[in-house]
Amino acid sequence: MAIIEVRDLNFYYGKFQALKGISLDFAVNKITALIGPSGCGKTTFLRSLNRMTDLIEDVRVTGTVLIDGEDIYRPGTDLLALRKKVGMVFQRPNPFPLSVFDNVVYGLRVHGVRDGKVLEEKLMRSLEAVHLWDELKDRLDDDALKLSGEQQQRLCIARLVAVEPEILLMDEPCSALDLAATANIEDLMAELKKRYTIVIVTHNMQQAARVSDVTGYFLLGELVEIGETRQIFTNPQDARTEDYITGRFG
Amino acid sequence: MAMKTKKRGKNRLERNDRLVRLALLVIAFSAVSVLLVITVFIVQQGTPIMFKYGLKSFLAGGNWYPSEKVFGLWPMIVGSLFVTAGALVIGVPFGLACAIVLTEFSSKNVRRVIKPIVELLAGIPSVVYGFMGVIILVPFIRQTFGGPGLSVLAASIVLGIMILPTIISISVDSLQAVPPSYREGSIALGATRWQTVKMVLFPAARSGIIASIILGMGRAIGETMATIMIAGNAAEIPRSLLAPVRTLTSNIALEMSYATGEHREALFATGVILFIIIMVLNTVANATSSRRRRQP
Repeated sequence: MAIIEVRDLNFYYGKFQALKGISLDFAVNKITALIGPSGCGKTTFLRSLNRMTDLIEDVRVTGTVLIDGEDIYRPGTDLLALRKKVGMVFQRPNPFPLSVFDNVVYGLRVHGVRDGKVLEEKLMRSLEAVHLWDELKDRLDDDALKLSGEQQQRLCIARLVAVEPEILLMDEPCSALDLAATANIEDLMAELKKRYTIVIVTHNMQQAARVSDVTGYFLLGELVEIGETRQIFTNPQDARTEDYITGRFG
Repeated sequence: MAMKTKKRGKNRLERNDRLVRLALLVIAFSAVSVLLVITVFIVQQGTPIMFKYGLKSFLAGGNWYPSEKVFGLWPMIVGSLFVTAGALVIGVPFGLACAIVLTEFSSKNVRRVIKPIVELLAGIPSVVYGFMGVIILVPFIRQTFGGPGLSVLAASIVLGIMILPTIISISVDSLQAVPPSYREGSIALGATRWQTVKMVLFPAARSGIIASIILGMGRAIGETMATIMIAGNAAEIPRSLLAPVRTLTSNIALEMSYATGEHREALFATGVILFIIIMVLNTVANATSSRRRRQP
């Protein structure tokens, strides 16, 4: 079943067209990887799925993006509810300059949860979900910026898990991490996929091959090809995909 | 032979380098030494009289009759603090609101127009602010609230406006210096713009904002011309917002032209007090802004 359906999505920065007629579906509880060279529009596409692109001035969007059957570009869409449902993990871990506790419960507070007991309960469950509870349960008042890069990225995922989203968008979540930390985050993604639908943008083809069920290849604002990850990497249908996969291009 | 010229050339360059360094050192020290000279001069001129009449009567004395050798600075200290506090009450909310609107709720084009205009406000001579105060504000206060019009209230309002550019431009800079990733992270969690400002950006920019307020406070406490024109200058403790008031700076500027002997020394002593207050404020400002640099 498709949780996200994108139909003929065009995206413009001023006069520049960054996305050209993208149509694809994302299946529930699968990890979809979007690969492609820099500037091909994959990050723009990812950000258009929770309308983070609204933060940029002078952009224009045509086409539809249905999430749970609702067009998120329809006027009057509740952006706050949309972003609660569709969470985002960024390239560089970006915990707020607040304590560990305040970081994890940030989303809950923003959405009106004030009860201390509820906050503590969710805090524990969220940190457990990203395997940080044992490490951090005695450091909840520490400044989140003092944590290691991997811990920070886990914390950012915990921050999302706390508001119980349906979809996690990950924009190169491991690009600022070392190999061991990357492997740990990838293991975490495999666990999270049981509860969430994950879309990950990555420069790293091995990562796409390791973690994803479905892979899409973007080039110059177009979706060249999308299919089962195994098929894309072993038997690509489009010559351009093959060039990229085999390293002849990109 | 070739080696020799090369060596000599290198020596010359090194000597030039040493000369430049020496020259820069002298220039740097002369800037610092001006401060030193001022400090020594004021302290040397102003402190003996303070001890002669007793520190307590000088600082806490309620009467200022220089011709009868009664030098109590308390009304002026209170006056400076009242007027400065009043300026902050008016300037800080307006300034911070303006900074937030400019950074978070307006487009780049609006910001590009408004910010230079705000900074232009800082370039208007204080006598012009004082003049506007006398022409517009003072009669308005006299007619609506009563009293002489020349008052704590008038001075607070004018000084509050005068410190706006300081507060706005430094606060805008420190809000803009907050990494965009904090803003994105908050918005991506479904926070509103205002929640983002309140819960993430403000705490992150706190030290810069505090520094802007302290610098604004320094400007308000040091302002002389505008205060003389609109504060009324009575050397007594103001009983209400509508009463006239004299500040430390006004005290010096008003009387220095004719003061002699001990009267003159008492005015230098006023300067010493002012100097101490401003030094404390600056030290606090530096401490807060350097703390920001240590935690990026």
